[in-house]
Amino acid sequence: MCLGIPMKVIRIKDNFAQVQSGRLVRTACVQMLPKVKIGDYVIVHAGFAIEIVDPKRAKETLKIVEEIK
Amino acid sequence: MRYVDEFRNKKLILKAAGEIRRIMPDKRITIMEVCGTHTMNFCRFGLRGLLPAGLNFIPGPGCPVCVSHQSYVDAAIKLARREDTVIATFGDMLRVPGTQSSLERERGRGALVRILYSPLDTLKLSRSYPGKRIIFLGVGFETTAPTIALSILRAKADKIKNISFLTSLKLMPPAMKHLLGDKKLNIAGFLCPGHVSSIIGTRPYEFIPRKFGIPCCVAGFEPLDILEGILMILRQVNRNRPEVNNQYSRVVRPEGNPEARRIISRVFKPEDSYWRGMGSIPDSGLAIRSAFESFDAQKVFALEWGAGARNPATKCRCADVLKGLITPDKCQFFGRACLPEKPVGPCMVSAEGACNAYYRYNR
Repeated sequence: MCLGIPMKVIRIKDNFAQVQSGRLVRTACVQMLPKVKIGDYVIVHAGFAIEIVDPKRAKETLKIVEEIK
Repeated sequence: MRYVDEFRNKKLILKAAGEIRRIMPDKRITIMEVCGTHTMNFCRFGLRGLLPAGLNFIPGPGCPVCVSHQSYVDAAIKLARREDTVIATFGDMLRVPGTQSSLERERGRGALVRILYSPLDTLKLSRSYPGKRIIFLGVGFETTAPTIALSILRAKADKIKNISFLTSLKLMPPAMKHLLGDKKLNIAGFLCPGHVSSIIGTRPYEFIPRKFGIPCCVAGFEPLDILEGILMILRQVNRNRPEVNNQYSRVVRPEGNPEARRIISRVFKPEDSYWRGMGSIPDSGLAIRSAFESFDAQKVFALEWGAGARNPATKCRCADVLKGLITPDKCQFFGRACLPEKPVGPCMVSAEGACNAYYRYNR
């Protein structure tokens, strides 16, 4: 159930967004994310976007391993 | 960046695994992965084979249908047997064995049972079956709670009368605290659940290093996330300075998602809750507030479960698996009498169940 593949927000209308991963397009409720905007990647759980993915933090996480000698 | 391929990069995975082997202390280390999706991906990506033999992994109580009390499943079956109901649920509830039956078996006998992707779809279902009473089985943790809460709020706003929710929503940190009280459990670190933490943040785990001296790391679900989480726990072990690390900072903020928590507390209040194998744990569950009681199936249908009810005496060892006391293969039924097609216990049913993951990927 927690298999949250990040999905890209392509459209927002009221409390709902169209989110996309590859060819899969779904509708997700974005009421939990007041700051969400088009182009953000979000984690979707049971039809609800629960969090926005932070690209800067993602790079930092990759860097922890990249920097291992 | 699409946040998938980067975290499945073979070169980085091997590098992280190499570093784990290099810093692995010269003693046996047991790490509990609390979340069922961690267990599943750990098995699915074959990470065991990359790691030193002295490093032990045990699954925890992080599979919602697994920890739900048997009497909850029985209550759902009772509702399914009524002529006037439609049961709506996430798919993995269907084959969970109750005392005498399962929802799948009831469906075979003519009960209306619908699998939904989102609890919000219950609202659409109520319009398709205007003459029926729709009951959504809301089973899950902190991640699922706001989705159920928003569905209840919407049903109330839309003045829908024929919907109710039979919830078994549970909270992770109280269960972890309960596990730590078990002296038989000897763990060196917790890999904390990623998406539960996106809601609650990292602070609710801080009592674990502070009071129990056990390292924690919130981790994501891709193979590199899991390995990096393990690496961060081992670094804490070696420094002998337990704390809460956050490997999954791209999704989990220290403060979590306050808006989601506000939505949860509008609809729910904490209550003592019964966990399979662990009994009643104080304030480890969520009850629907009385302002929303017309959407609370437990009140609407006057159902009782949990208190006093006991899981039946069987040699199925799901309870010990959920407490991290044994790995699934130590149960005498595993892979013999208990199979995904014919589960004896709930841990073999759900994709997040430890027995199911071990059966599919580890044999």
